[in-house]
Amino acid sequence: MALLHSRGRRLATIAGLAVTLTVAAAGCSGGSGDDGGYDIAFLPKNLGNPYFEASDKAAEKAVKGFGGSFKEVGPSEATADGQVTYINTLTQQSVGAIVLSANDTSALCDALDEARDAGIKVVTFDSDVDKECRDVYVSASSPKLIARNQIDLIADQVGGKGEIAILSATANATNQNAWIDEMKPYLKSEYPDMKLVDVVYGDDDDQTSYDKTEALLSSHPDLAGIVSPTTVGVAAAARYLSTSEFKGKVALTGLGTPNDMREYVDNGTVTSFALWNPEDLGILASYTAKALLDEDITGKKGDTFSAKGLSSDTTKFTVGSDGVITLGEPFVFDKDNIDDFDF
Amino acid sequence: MTTTLDPVRQTPKPRPAAQRWRSLLLGRDAAVIGLVALVWIAGSVFVDNFGKPNTVYFLLLDALPILLIAMPMTMVIISAEIDLSVASMLGLSSVVVGVLFQGGWPIWAAVAVALAVGLVGGALNGFLVATVGLPSLAVTVATLALFRGIAVGLLGTKAVTGFPDEHKDLVSDRLFGPGTAIPGILLVFVVLAIGFGVLLHFTPFGRATYAAGMSARTSRFSGVNVPAVKFWLFVATGFVSALAGVYWTLRYDSARGDNAAGFELAVVAAVLVGGVSIFGGRGAIPGVIAGALLIGELRAVLRLADVSADAINIATGVLLIVSVIVPRLVTGLHGRWRRARRSGLESTSSSD
Repeated sequence: MALLHSRGRRLATIAGLAVTLTVAAAGCSGGSGDDGGYDIAFLPKNLGNPYFEASDKAAEKAVKGFGGSFKEVGPSEATADGQVTYINTLTQQSVGAIVLSANDTSALCDALDEARDAGIKVVTFDSDVDKECRDVYVSASSPKLIARNQIDLIADQVGGKGEIAILSATANATNQNAWIDEMKPYLKSEYPDMKLVDVVYGDDDDQTSYDKTEALLSSHPDLAGIVSPTTVGVAAAARYLSTSEFKGKVALTGLGTPNDMREYVDNGTVTSFALWNPEDLGILASYTAKALLDEDITGKKGDTFSAKGLSSDTTKFTVGSDGVITLGEPFVFDKDNIDDFDF
Repeated sequence: MTTTLDPVRQTPKPRPAAQRWRSLLLGRDAAVIGLVALVWIAGSVFVDNFGKPNTVYFLLLDALPILLIAMPMTMVIISAEIDLSVASMLGLSSVVVGVLFQGGWPIWAAVAVALAVGLVGGALNGFLVATVGLPSLAVTVATLALFRGIAVGLLGTKAVTGFPDEHKDLVSDRLFGPGTAIPGILLVFVVLAIGFGVLLHFTPFGRATYAAGMSARTSRFSGVNVPAVKFWLFVATGFVSALAGVYWTLRYDSARGDNAAGFELAVVAAVLVGGVSIFGGRGAIPGVIAGALLIGELRAVLRLADVSADAINIATGVLLIVSVIVPRLVTGLHGRWRRARRSGLESTSSSD
């Protein structure tokens, strides 16, 4: 019995030592350096998401560029409760600023309130929380800019005349409806020879969007072009067109990701489409955090600050109403630049 | 590591008090509790910001749903069954609270209905396992899908948020005022832990649970009503999972169909790390509490040390494997040592 106990004890000790060593090693490699004064932590919706990998990588470069320390933490699944845990951890580490893309508009608020009570600046980017729970929101674009970009792209491809239709996400998607509402008057005033004949809803489901594209083309034989301002919709429509008789005859544009759309740009189904550049978004969010830490801005309307290293020439940014900062026009992807992006 | 390692071959005999104390101090539970202390010390020494009141506060809030569900789960696993539907029941309960609250019900009534749903769901599991006699693994994998399906079906991909602050404060308030370590909601767990601890270790129902797990046939012959024991254990996991769902909803201010997806494995992991045998018949409440805290603590240390989420999952997985392998290894070594000693004794006696 005594031997058993000593063996058991020895094994327990070995296991204990292993844990201690792991923790010690982790402690050495980690550390929340206060070196540059700008201690900025990025919290994406989840890790391993190519979109956020692109923006966070650019953000890291920007933060290190102005002498700050950068880190990226986050849950492996895109859930609000996973993000709450990380916000709590960052609060305990007393980082300077948290830059996050939220999985839920209100579920993160209690944790963010606690972080802000501890003096941490909170910037949201890509996806916002309730405006009371953060300092500023860095928005990729505005409804007006997106609507104009989409209509300009399709007009360019159909030669400014003919019938067009919209393939949207769900019928009650706030952002989609805001964009469509902006598209209608712009179309009327700028392109009088073009006519919007239908708006259909693919529910952000691949198969539904595919079926709706097919139905759209059979019910409107003279259709010249389709606008699909949703990543799921535009990819499904492109998949339908690329194998149908309409390939190259009916134009398609929308908001899509380069990885989804590469195949259809390569085979000529799609000439150009748009989305914001996630790298620019990461860089602007970094400079926004810096501006908050420098107290150049507080989130009040009209505050201005500058950012460097964006793909556009813009360097001056102004805080709009509700603490929203807008990156600018959507970024257009085409045959010439699509291979520069991987998300 | 105690004398009950091999219940079939080893006939339990009354142990001298000194030996009982020694097995208590060097037993499996003590090893896990020791590890909790060790990680705590290592974390405090090596990791910035660890070991402060806030660390304890957040750690307990994060670990609470595991701690809650682990109590009845311990008894279910000791009875040689398993309940994999707990996380789905948590999600369903969360959605029920959300949907009713959205429909204008007072929050207490919504909570009462959610807890009733927990009882009914647990009774369904219990009926299928205990009365119909189906294997619990199959039954609860089915109800895992069923409960989750209903939860997602009721709310779709939407979330109900905006629960009143006074109710959210119930789960987030600190017991001894701002800045202190202990969340008041921990009292719910303390009551539950004492309840299940007494039930398992000091009552005939608890002895019946162990007996059912060691050998269902033998215990039936000795007059233990195995189906009744198992039925009520599944009702208990259903109820406590629903309770955890209410907690989850208020803590994260979010009722969603996919709340706590995959969480059942975290609960089972905590129970196994805590020294409960997956084959039933063996385990204790104190060890399980330490097991749940150990996992929560390890994850908190690694997060504060900026270790990535994937690496943290790997560390948790390794801990689980080690905790399952080490006792078996010790048992094996012990058996070999006994055989070696016996043959050694025989050879010395024959050479004499």
